[in-house]
Amino acid sequence: MTNATPILGAFPAAPDHMPWPRRVVDEAIWRVLSARLSAGELSLLGLWGDAGMVHMAVLGGDPVAVTVASLACPDGHFPSVGREHPPAIRFERAIRDLFGLEASDALDRRPWLDHGVWSARTPLGRPGAPEAPTPYAFLTSVGEGLHQIPVGPVHAGIIEPGHFRFTAAGETVVRLEERLGYTHKGVEALMAGAPIDRAAMLAARCSGDSTVASSIAFARAVEAALRVAPPPRAVWLRALAAELERVANHLGDIGAICNDAAFAVMLAHCSVLRERVLRAAANCFGHRLMMDAVAPGGMSVDLAADGPKLLHELVATIRRTLPPLVELYDDTASLQDRTVGTGILKPELARQFACGGFVGRASGRSFDARRDLVYPPYDRLRFEVPVRREGDVDARVRVRIAEVEESLTMIVQILAEMPSGAVLADLPGADAPGGEGIAVVEGFRGDILAWVRLAPGGIVDRAHLRDPSWLQWPLLEAAIEGNIVADFPLCNKSFNCSYSGHDL
Amino acid sequence: MRKILLEGLLRRPLTEPPPAAADAETAELSLRLKQGIDRVFGGSLAIRLVDAGSCNGCELEIHALNNPFYDLERFGLKFVASPRHADVLLVTGPVTRNMREALERTHAATPSPKWVVAAGACALDGGLYAGGHACVGGVSEVIPVDLHIPGCPPTPTMLLRGLLALMAACDGRR
Repeated sequence: MTNATPILGAFPAAPDHMPWPRRVVDEAIWRVLSARLSAGELSLLGLWGDAGMVHMAVLGGDPVAVTVASLACPDGHFPSVGREHPPAIRFERAIRDLFGLEASDALDRRPWLDHGVWSARTPLGRPGAPEAPTPYAFLTSVGEGLHQIPVGPVHAGIIEPGHFRFTAAGETVVRLEERLGYTHKGVEALMAGAPIDRAAMLAARCSGDSTVASSIAFARAVEAALRVAPPPRAVWLRALAAELERVANHLGDIGAICNDAAFAVMLAHCSVLRERVLRAAANCFGHRLMMDAVAPGGMSVDLAADGPKLLHELVATIRRTLPPLVELYDDTASLQDRTVGTGILKPELARQFACGGFVGRASGRSFDARRDLVYPPYDRLRFEVPVRREGDVDARVRVRIAEVEESLTMIVQILAEMPSGAVLADLPGADAPGGEGIAVVEGFRGDILAWVRLAPGGIVDRAHLRDPSWLQWPLLEAAIEGNIVADFPLCNKSFNCSYSGHDL
Repeated sequence: MRKILLEGLLRRPLTEPPPAAADAETAELSLRLKQGIDRVFGGSLAIRLVDAGSCNGCELEIHALNNPFYDLERFGLKFVASPRHADVLLVTGPVTRNMREALERTHAATPSPKWVVAAGACALDGGLYAGGHACVGGVSEVIPVDLHIPGCPPTPTMLLRGLLALMAACDGRR
């Protein structure tokens, strides 16, 4: 994988962009980047809009590094990246909906987040009057005996809303098309002009299950923009909270995946373990999901006095209870029959989409921001990044089981090595300078990208948060193809993409 | 498998005693449940969840109600897959404009008599998301709400307390 810097080096870097450079490029270089993405020489981390401008974050080089390229679009157009590199298509549709900036030669011109019922069109660009909603044109499938199954947005379970349009031949899925955007809350519009602490609360609620990781990503971006370093203890506490969050989510989902294969006993046992993690989190940080525990500048709460004792007990409980459950998973042929070979995501697709997290790692993509774009304290922690190549439901379950074990060892290391001291650094207030910051943080789902531009005085001018789901949702469509409709819940749960984090 | 099941038989249950209903919630209920309730539920309420744009935090805690610690079904409360089977709609989120029609249609599909419980800070008035281009702001802007359970997100105990208060109020009006 080549670095983006040689092609971009000639272009001036924005002076206040930290820690990785942002360069303003011309259309020709923008197209070169698209071609490099398409050739697999670079990975697309994110593509987002701004006032009269689009930004693209790419990952490349050895060791990997992040580069941001920005292209001004004075006439409201920019060359489509998605035409060359399909992972960009939904980003471009969202940019058009939110900013009114058009990918000029785009293949897919349908709206994405905008369902035609917002109070204003292109709310982050020049807001236009709403238009009457037009029916959404789903992609067609042609063939004998095909039938369609529309599902959602309100689903049968206790889950988030989204629409799935299945085309099936008998029991077999020929095409799945997702339609998302139902939980679009206008987060980025609400962040623009908000004080940092309010924007941090919005960032903490991008996706409730990733509240810690999203908060860390946002806080790190703000801290980079302001050149503020959080106190050492806060950095370790963040990692402690992030690993607890990862363990809680993995445990809950391992049970839920098995439950979707009608193996309820795993759900019952895993949900007990998950509940124990959440209770420990509530005792340690004052909130079961640890929402708002991470704040720009450090942590808003310190670990409770009995926290280390509770967490050591928790780790011991999980280490005692989980292995027999893994053994049960291994020994139950009827369960394996559902998970092995189901919902295969090919390694080529995972690589093309720079698919993060356990979904990518179960399909051979060995990337983990904690290791590859290392941020403290992970430079001081010893851990493995489990990778498999099978890409099926079973591989995703096994990667998650291995990640629980890794996180437990990290929790023990953190408790042993965590320094004492303050947990929150003061941010500059009314006299704060402006600046730009970017951060990539490994949540339980994968790498979360956060980018902020601060106006002077501690006000967010523009913020963008890219949930890992953006690059995983399209792959679910590919993974389900050729599987039976009845296995969709199983495949869907094994991906567990976020609706809210994606729709924002 | 056998060992795990056997241990389950020998161990004491993890399930905890129910929380006492909070007075404030009971008061709110008796205020709002003005309409006569002429149907006897036989001690059982069926709940349909509608996520009207939440961050998923509320859903995580609603899920937790089904774990062995809270074991919601022992109270006759259970989540059902269709609004047509439901007595209660449990609604979360600031009601995004993109979800408004789905919420209205789900409410219309629920047979009367029906109750609406709004859960979480967003469901009360849109919370952090009020005033944007994308949210209606509060479930009661779209459908009538009988009970609101606060919290961001409400803990399983708060949810349980609210739902039990709803049951008690239904019982009292029998």
